[in-house]
Amino acid sequence: MMRFIDFLYAAIKAGTPLLFGTTGEIITEKTGNLNLGVEGMMYMGAFAGFFVGYHTSNLALALIAAFVIGAFGALIYAFLTVTLRANQTVTGLALTIFGTGFANFFGQLMIKHAPNGTPKLSETFMDAVSAKGIPLLSSIPYVGKLLFSHNVLVYIAIIVAIICGIYLKYTRAGLNMRSVGENPAAADAAGLNITFIKYFNITLGGGICGLGGAYISLINGGGVWNNGCVNGQGWIAVALVIFASWSPVKALFGSLVFGATTVLQYYVPKDIIEIPNAFYVMLPFVITAIVLVITSIKQTKEGAQPLGCSNNYFREER
Amino acid sequence: MLKSGEPFVRIVKNDISDRKAALLSVYAVIFAIIMGGIFILCLGINPFNAYASILKGALATKMAIQATVKIAIPLLISALGITLAFKMKFWNIGAEGQIIVGGIFATYFALFHHNLPHFVLILVMLIAGMIGGGLWALIPAYFKCKFDTNETLFTLMLNYIALYFIKFFVEGPWRDPESSGFPKIAMFEQNARLDKVFGVHAGWIIALVLVVFIFIYLKYTKQGYEISVVGESQNTARYAGMNVKKIVLRTMFLSGAVCGLAGMAQVSGAAFTLSDGVAGGVGFDAIIVAWLARLNPFVCVVVTLLLSILEKGCSVMQSTFGLSTAVSDILQGIILFCILGFDFFAQYKPVFRNGGAAK
Repeated sequence: MMRFIDFLYAAIKAGTPLLFGTTGEIITEKTGNLNLGVEGMMYMGAFAGFFVGYHTSNLALALIAAFVIGAFGALIYAFLTVTLRANQTVTGLALTIFGTGFANFFGQLMIKHAPNGTPKLSETFMDAVSAKGIPLLSSIPYVGKLLFSHNVLVYIAIIVAIICGIYLKYTRAGLNMRSVGENPAAADAAGLNITFIKYFNITLGGGICGLGGAYISLINGGGVWNNGCVNGQGWIAVALVIFASWSPVKALFGSLVFGATTVLQYYVPKDIIEIPNAFYVMLPFVITAIVLVITSIKQTKEGAQPLGCSNNYFREER
Repeated sequence: MLKSGEPFVRIVKNDISDRKAALLSVYAVIFAIIMGGIFILCLGINPFNAYASILKGALATKMAIQATVKIAIPLLISALGITLAFKMKFWNIGAEGQIIVGGIFATYFALFHHNLPHFVLILVMLIAGMIGGGLWALIPAYFKCKFDTNETLFTLMLNYIALYFIKFFVEGPWRDPESSGFPKIAMFEQNARLDKVFGVHAGWIIALVLVVFIFIYLKYTKQGYEISVVGESQNTARYAGMNVKKIVLRTMFLSGAVCGLAGMAQVSGAAFTLSDGVAGGVGFDAIIVAWLARLNPFVCVVVTLLLSILEKGCSVMQSTFGLSTAVSDILQGIILFCILGFDFFAQYKPVFRNGGAAK
């Protein structure tokens, strides 16, 4: 039983950066832009978060920095796709290339200037991001460990996902942005400011992706900067958006499943079930592909990509 | 002319001649180089020296040129594959996976049938690579036709599935029993390696032949015409009596097959083995090449060379100025942003309120 709890605990920990990335990308896609730059924005956030955390030892500042730089990456994307109407797929890929280069380049500079060549976060900072139990609640057997003894970023991720879920579904602004994502011409006719709505949501989504990057560099890295730390998790987040059928609340569950599949190989007893490791890591992608096919067979409006996605809106084009 | 309520600036469609569009691309590249230069300047390095060292690093010696061409080969081949799919507006971003599966299929023959005569073996590997990549591309094409499954996301997933198949083969059935420690696949026998022509593996000949072949295929054959009709409007194609499903499946098979060829060239010409770095982002870079070249095979050659020079040159600049190789990615990103941004002026022009369109 304890082994199973350990497994779920590890799954939550591994799923958190994915949850950030997925929530950010859902917001972006719901407003009608497929931003394939999640990987890049997460890289930028990872670097900025670590850099500021390294120099200030202040968690809040580190997170703000990660959010701002992620939003900045998304802003470049928004300018190109919304104002200049560049192809969304290619622009997203360019952002991924740029962001990856950005983090690894400045990361390398940071390594060069750090004592012993290893930039390491201070003790006080590591203490701030370490897993701490919520008093009383965390001492409940099983549940306490599972739900109430994580690091603070896990809770931030969950809260952000829930707030975004409410924003999308129950607020006027959310309704507006969804209508822009589904049918920009109709939204335009209804008097919505398409440009502003797109810019706002794309940059917001990018900022959230940046937080996911910060999680990777601050928590998963164990306090030391690694070049190449994001390592494809941004792409998994893009996949997870489909798995979660464009709902941040379902993404909570989805990121747990994907997190579980990434740590599954360490918890399955090898003497009973023997499957090559490669198939464990392949699992999230296979599941996503299957989900993709199933949603397309079902043809539901609910769990499908917003209709306006990957087409740029031009008012005079009908 | 001033009417109340007319916005200060509005955007209208613009039709410009091919010559003007080409000129615009040149402006875009110049602007991109200036922006990249500003970035380099911010790092405290003289941009002229930096660009000079990139050019020198990529083109100064015979060996440097060979290395640059070696980078260009898989990029050009897969960009051509992508061109086929994109012409049909089938957003195949799965070149990465198709390269990998092509590489896996070719590797099978290199490892287990290396006693075939050299010419036959290479031919078999080429065909195997094409079939591998083609079949991998058929999967999303089939589901697209049957259920209208989103091909962008599906091909993206298939990239990772293919990547982990390599991991499976490397760690499992194809692991070299003689290598201790880190699992890897044995190096190919000499017999299974592509021959060198002018110091670079023969992949470059394949690539150049493909450029001509695909140009003719798209422009002068019935099948090529069908691809562009389906790309423009599926309804039109249907109305004209074309079998859209068949065209989509056929084109995607070809697109994947060409990318698979790039995988074969990588394992047999460059790496001499199969590892998870066989594609190494080439499939994504190739999308950018195809797009920047506006799906013109000949322009693909130019764009590929520019990107390859940048990549090879930056690796040299690294040692000269002590910068990480990641600078190449940043510069690539900046250049892409600029060119993507400039594309706007090829299609639209802003019109200002107080008369007169901006030039």
